[in-house]
Amino acid sequence: MTGRVFLLGDDIDTDQLAPGQYMKGGIEMLAAHCLEGVRPDFAATVSPGDVIVAGKNFGMGSSREQAAEALKHLGVAGVVATSFAGIFYRNAINLGLPVLTGADLGAVTDGARVRLDVEAATLELPDTGGRVALAPLPDNLKALLADGGLVPHLKKRFARKREKEKS
Amino acid sequence: MTTATPTTLAQKIVARACGRDTVTPGEVVTAQVDLAMIHDSGGPRRVEPILQDLGVGLFDPDKVVLISDHFVPGDTDEGARILELTRQWAKARKVAFHDGEGICHVVLPERGHLAPGMLVVGGDSHSPTGGAFGAYMFGIGATEMAGVLATGEIWLKVPETILIDWQGSLSPGVTAKDIMLALCGRLGMDGGQYQAVEYTGPAIAALSMQERMTLSNMAAELGGQAGLIAPDATTAAFLEGVGGDPARVCDWRTLGTDPGAPLMAHHVFDATTLAPQVAAPHSPANSAPVTEAPETPVDVAYIGACTGAKYEDLKNAAAILRGRALAPGVELLVAPASRRDQDRAAAEGIMAVFEDAGARILANACGICAGYGADRLGEDVTCISSTARNFKGRMGAASSKVWLGSPLTVAASAVAGRITDPRDFLPTKGVLA
Repeated sequence: MTGRVFLLGDDIDTDQLAPGQYMKGGIEMLAAHCLEGVRPDFAATVSPGDVIVAGKNFGMGSSREQAAEALKHLGVAGVVATSFAGIFYRNAINLGLPVLTGADLGAVTDGARVRLDVEAATLELPDTGGRVALAPLPDNLKALLADGGLVPHLKKRFARKREKEKS
Repeated sequence: MTTATPTTLAQKIVARACGRDTVTPGEVVTAQVDLAMIHDSGGPRRVEPILQDLGVGLFDPDKVVLISDHFVPGDTDEGARILELTRQWAKARKVAFHDGEGICHVVLPERGHLAPGMLVVGGDSHSPTGGAFGAYMFGIGATEMAGVLATGEIWLKVPETILIDWQGSLSPGVTAKDIMLALCGRLGMDGGQYQAVEYTGPAIAALSMQERMTLSNMAAELGGQAGLIAPDATTAAFLEGVGGDPARVCDWRTLGTDPGAPLMAHHVFDATTLAPQVAAPHSPANSAPVTEAPETPVDVAYIGACTGAKYEDLKNAAAILRGRALAPGVELLVAPASRRDQDRAAAEGIMAVFEDAGARILANACGICAGYGADRLGEDVTCISSTARNFKGRMGAASSKVWLGSPLTVAASAVAGRITDPRDFLPTKGVLA
């Protein structure tokens, strides 16, 4: 699935991704205000398959997983950044939102057509024929993403356990 | 005697938690969790639907502590509803529950829940606070927390350690918050890159537990996973004083980083020359000595949060405010970090100082730091705050501007009406630590 690049800068924090004043509401409301402080048109224009490309320390700040959940809710296919804040990174994987780091993202432009290949760890730019290499995910995280996140992963695990107990 | 390989404090705790003699930085391990702390925002309302979906109960209700703080005092309908749900869950799930007693990071240790050597997860990003007690404690999101509550275990990458060594001693009027803001400025908000940050040196050893908590807490602002301080006699005395047991999970005297242990980085700073710091909007990394800050009038002075309104923070701020009036037009808000700390401050006449100055006293909770309740900063307001982070729009309107400083700097600025060096307002020597 191809989408478009939303290019953001360094240090995008969780208060931008999931603003505190909307934390009482559900994910619909939070998603509608996602990134409005840095990119006011984001929630209204993002489409399924789009990819966020950002600088260093993406997702710094709070442990609120709505920061990652809002992006997933809006259909973002994944986030590629120079680096991620640790808690956001874990939250994203646990919610099934691919997050990959890339050392050289300089060729990626805002609005470019893009396809994120998590398995191959590449960002493909069909308009220019470009292909940006990303750091492959560790096996344990790939397994989590392949299951769709932590909850489906645990469901499988508990099902196996129940099966074993029965036999 | 065996010649064991030198290891870090973080390695020792993680090894114990996964039942191994040693672990190596970089390897991914599954660890048993000694304690899970959750709060009203990321806790029951988020984890219960997941537990139900999984069809399982808590791995061990005795190892779960629930604390309400984010939506306290329930000053909006939705906030009140969330608090009620939190209370019902605590009853149904039979877990230890501290309701409206203060901010989770302060209440957890003051009620004796922590001990050196524990591996603890918290549903809040400032969970590294537990590191002040020699516990490897880190923040996680609600889905991951639900996984921990269901299984009692969590994966982690054995962290490398960044050792931050403060030599010398702090000058009067300079506090742990100033150390942290200086570190955020020097190392940046990704200076830790999810490693373990460990603080050492004589300036750290001289700090009280509440001051150490500020350092560990704001390891989050350095991007660290945990913020550790090796337990010592100060740690043991604090824990015994609150009915805890410093030897609950292991011999705390064995917990320290060995000489020659593998370090990712080793920074050495001089505490003696450190001046009070302020961080300009909108990042703790925008810090500089207060003497270099531009002339900045303030509208609101906020003494609150887990890093700025504990008993000692209140005591320090009151020492500046005692006998002084607020500058015209400045609003002072004080949200004591815990009921216990507020009661102690009240008994010592500290709360009266705030009241005499005309401060508005808020609930023992996260207050406007998290921006969840009715109290929020309005349009274009400039605030000097003792909180941990000053991201754009976090505490209110996107046009508001938050400067960070120590509780002393906040109090001095409230009196001067502009961001001010608190050392100009220090009372007679000896009053402040």
